[in-house]
Amino acid sequence: MLLSTRGLRVGVAGRTFCRDLTLEVRAGERLAILGRNGAGKSTLLAVLAGLRKPEAGEVLLAGAAYSRLGARASARIRGWLPQGGSDAFSSSVLESALTGRHPHLARWDWESDEDARIAYQALAEVGLAGLAQRDTRTLSGGERQRLAIATLLAQAPRLYLLDEPLAHLDLNHQMALLELFARLALDQPATCVMVLHEPGLAARFCTHALLMFGDGTTRHGRCGEVITSESLSALYGYPLREIVEDGQRWFMPA
Amino acid sequence: MPTRRRALLILAALAGLAQLCLSLALMVGSVPIGPIEVLGTLLGQGADTTREVVCSLRLPRALAGFACGGLLALAGALLQVLLRNPLADPYVLGISGGAGVGALLAIVVGLGAAGINALAFFGALAAMLVVFGLAHGEGGWTQSRLLLTGVIVAAGCGALVTLMLSLAPEDRLRGMLFWLMGDLSQTGDPRLALLLLLAALLAALPFARELNLLARGADVAQALGVEVRVLRRGVYLVASLATAAAVTHAGAIGFVGLIVPHLVRLATGNDQRLLLPASVLAGGSLLVVADTLARTVVAPQQLPVGVLTALIGVPVFLFLLGRAVPGRG
Repeated sequence: MLLSTRGLRVGVAGRTFCRDLTLEVRAGERLAILGRNGAGKSTLLAVLAGLRKPEAGEVLLAGAAYSRLGARASARIRGWLPQGGSDAFSSSVLESALTGRHPHLARWDWESDEDARIAYQALAEVGLAGLAQRDTRTLSGGERQRLAIATLLAQAPRLYLLDEPLAHLDLNHQMALLELFARLALDQPATCVMVLHEPGLAARFCTHALLMFGDGTTRHGRCGEVITSESLSALYGYPLREIVEDGQRWFMPA
Repeated sequence: MPTRRRALLILAALAGLAQLCLSLALMVGSVPIGPIEVLGTLLGQGADTTREVVCSLRLPRALAGFACGGLLALAGALLQVLLRNPLADPYVLGISGGAGVGALLAIVVGLGAAGINALAFFGALAAMLVVFGLAHGEGGWTQSRLLLTGVIVAAGCGALVTLMLSLAPEDRLRGMLFWLMGDLSQTGDPRLALLLLLAALLAALPFARELNLLARGADVAQALGVEVRVLRRGVYLVASLATAAAVTHAGAIGFVGLIVPHLVRLATGNDQRLLLPASVLAGGSLLVVADTLARTVVAPQQLPVGVLTALIGVPVFLFLLGRAVPGRG
């Protein structure tokens, strides 16, 4: 079991997003977290990443609590893609991607040629190889997002926790990214937990889904069982209709 | 990002520059002494009067200046990362304010140099503890809370300083003003300050790559394997003690801690593994040059060195800023 929670309660400022949540994510699985704005998706993801303490319960990464693993060992197992963010200081695209190598380097190490090769390869995966020497502060929103993903790829964790990985991306990069993680799930096998806003893409690229209703109730299971027009209509508070084409399910506002 | 080799080359060049500045400080003054003579004196030869001037007057003062400049630049670089704010300087968290209150109090009641130093250090420590305690509260700190607490404590100290200035007897005012502007003429043995500089640098360097990540945000750093809570406390402690040591030694010399890390960043990029030691060397050199000028330009009168660090720093900084690649810095 790569990631598991027991009796997890997560909330912010008196609001509870989930209570008594017991999740189990196995290697190679991809879990989509769906819910309305402010339903606590990012907060839950930060708790799963060990960056925030839960109100109750525990999160186990590869069977151990974050506090027992320590930051460095945790960073070699799980990576976290933050939502947005700003740079206080300038740095090049390559330097940013190389920060992903940090947990693999000893205290006095400098990044080796091998690390640079890994970083370049990660940049190439997201189509940024040509911008390696650019200052990050001259990048567009979508390019920044892809750089953050490249940094995560350079980190090469077993578990990817992705907070809105498709934000700012145009359609072709959205598909390229989801296909990249689907491929990683088969090859490595990498495991993903991602916050998504498009249930059709979740049904297509993820194996499991967690619906957060925002009032503390949640529902999770295999995509085929959890992602239905009834449950999504309740989740988003708007009637949705399921359309099936070539075996692919889409959900349209009715 | 510099390679290790390039970083060492840059540091070697800066070390050469520092040596040049120190030699200059030994040669220049009311009694000019040639380079060969200075070298001879340091090796124990030459006339007694020359030896007195070089070894007892100029060398301790130059070394104290170097140590204070290095401490301030290091503290500035660390605080800019801790607060993720390129405008942070060693004084932004109220440490110099606390030291100022202590030092001025000592001057008002008529204590000697040792008393001034002791009270200044005590004031700096008190300000540091107050800011740390208040900013911490429940649930840890955020950068903005730490910054705000520091700014407010500094403002309170500023008010106390002004109060003491307005109540102080005329004959003490000049000493108080010099202390506030920063002055190296009263420094004694530089060995303690040099030792502290070395200790602070050695404490910070092993964490330089983690500081690179901290500059990108606390959560990002934590997710990449940095124990952020521990690192932040350590950085705060080292930066505060470095500032307190410098301020106790030489008063509130402005500008070095803000501008030197910036200059180094503009010239070499933002890798803390190079930035921290390079700032120490550049900050030390700048203060040595400024102090040499401070005691020679209008000799026999001496200027407070803080005025000169600003007068040198501002044009150099503006030049580099104008020349910099857009987006850098």
